[in-house]
Amino acid sequence: MSKLLVKDKDIAVPGEALAEGMDYLPGNGTYREGDNIHAARLGLVNVDGRAIKIVPLTGRYLPKRGDTIIVKVQEIVMSGWILDTNSAYTAMLNMKDATSEFIQKGSDLTQYFSFGDYIICKIVNVTTQMLIDVTTKGPGLRKLRGGRVIKVNTNKVPRIIGKKGSMVSMIKQATGSRIIVGQNGVIWLEGEDPKMELLAVETINKIAEESHIAGLTDRIKEFLEQQTGKQIELRTEEGEPNDVQ
Amino acid sequence: MTYNKRLDGRKLDETRPIEAKVGIIERADGSAIFKIGQTIAYAAVYGPRNLYPKFMQDPQKGILRVNYNMMPFSGHGERVRPGGSRRAKEISMVTEKALLPVIDLSDFPNAVVDVFIELPQTDAGTRCAGICAAAMALADAGIMMKDLVSAVAVGCIDGTVIADLNYDEEAFEGKVADIPVAILPNSGEISLLQMDGEVSQENIKDAIELAKKVTKNIYEIQKQALKDKFKVGE
Repeated sequence: MSKLLVKDKDIAVPGEALAEGMDYLPGNGTYREGDNIHAARLGLVNVDGRAIKIVPLTGRYLPKRGDTIIVKVQEIVMSGWILDTNSAYTAMLNMKDATSEFIQKGSDLTQYFSFGDYIICKIVNVTTQMLIDVTTKGPGLRKLRGGRVIKVNTNKVPRIIGKKGSMVSMIKQATGSRIIVGQNGVIWLEGEDPKMELLAVETINKIAEESHIAGLTDRIKEFLEQQTGKQIELRTEEGEPNDVQ
Repeated sequence: MTYNKRLDGRKLDETRPIEAKVGIIERADGSAIFKIGQTIAYAAVYGPRNLYPKFMQDPQKGILRVNYNMMPFSGHGERVRPGGSRRAKEISMVTEKALLPVIDLSDFPNAVVDVFIELPQTDAGTRCAGICAAAMALADAGIMMKDLVSAVAVGCIDGTVIADLNYDEEAFEGKVADIPVAILPNSGEISLLQMDGEVSQENIKDAIELAKKVTKNIYEIQKQALKDKFKVGE
């Protein structure tokens, strides 16, 4: 007889037994030993029918194909740019993936992207050896000018974006800031005035800190309404780079 | 003469009071503090991050790098000279080997996970405190681990098996054995076993059994500390 040893949404510690018996299936972040399923990392237990998985709460970004990330130019080489991805690995932006313009051999690549520039780009491919290729060809993908860049825990990014971008659009609406969230936990923002920009930063940090506590959206809405004195209506947005999840 | 009453009045199988907390170093990817009596160990984990020099990289999996450091005025008597020593190098190595069986870095080829263990105050049992703190910090850093690691120093003074020796007991005149043991709590496997001093065969068996018993409690404390980090606000 199979038995679940933990509740859904519990915090599991590495090695902790989650379920007994073969009726449950081990998902991401878990492993089976004998008849039991154990947690393989720290995180929230998620029981979906018969499958048990662990939703990570901590840890650094692990690059995945299709992610839209914000990167910083670290180095310029013969064939393109080497980028800092806020993970253990650097990414490569090839000239042909950077622009549709013709680039003369041996020309100065800093005129496109220079050292220290932030770029919003999309991961095209990740090899098993973690060689990462990115592209800036696509809607919304470009160099980010002005504004400020902050870093948050990558595991909180889905909370910051919200369902169909509802959370981030709420912050944008309340503070009048432009915000772009990268899957790698790098966030770019630019407010119409410094005060509102700071409020947006504060709100994002608040979300990252309290994301595991229920009723997040309502709490953040209340916080923003109190801070700005404006009434906020919830809405989702489409067509922005943030929706590319 | 038998040693049947401990110098600080503890029971034979009783550890010093333990305190553990996770997530104390903001800038680190994972961190923890583990206090056992007067011994305090901080552990900070950074990474997975890129590793240089390049010849150290392993293209099949990430590597673990542990650094153990006792602070200059942390111990009894003489000031410890700052920087690495032969002793610190050895303990870094055994700590690394004690942690390696539980962690899985196959998702991070060519990368490194750095663990720094710092001891601002010591009263024996530092490598065990360091291992306990490091295991929690690694879990906090979101590293894939099949288990935690719990460690304790057991020992034997004049034929009496005791748990968690403090410095006075370690320096006791007579036959003293100091046996640090690290155990994977779920499987009961031993990942560190060292000994200093002398013991009889029966005593060492008892000592290891005692270590298994004591690490169960330590594991519960580590587990609780990790869960408390995400406790829903009061």
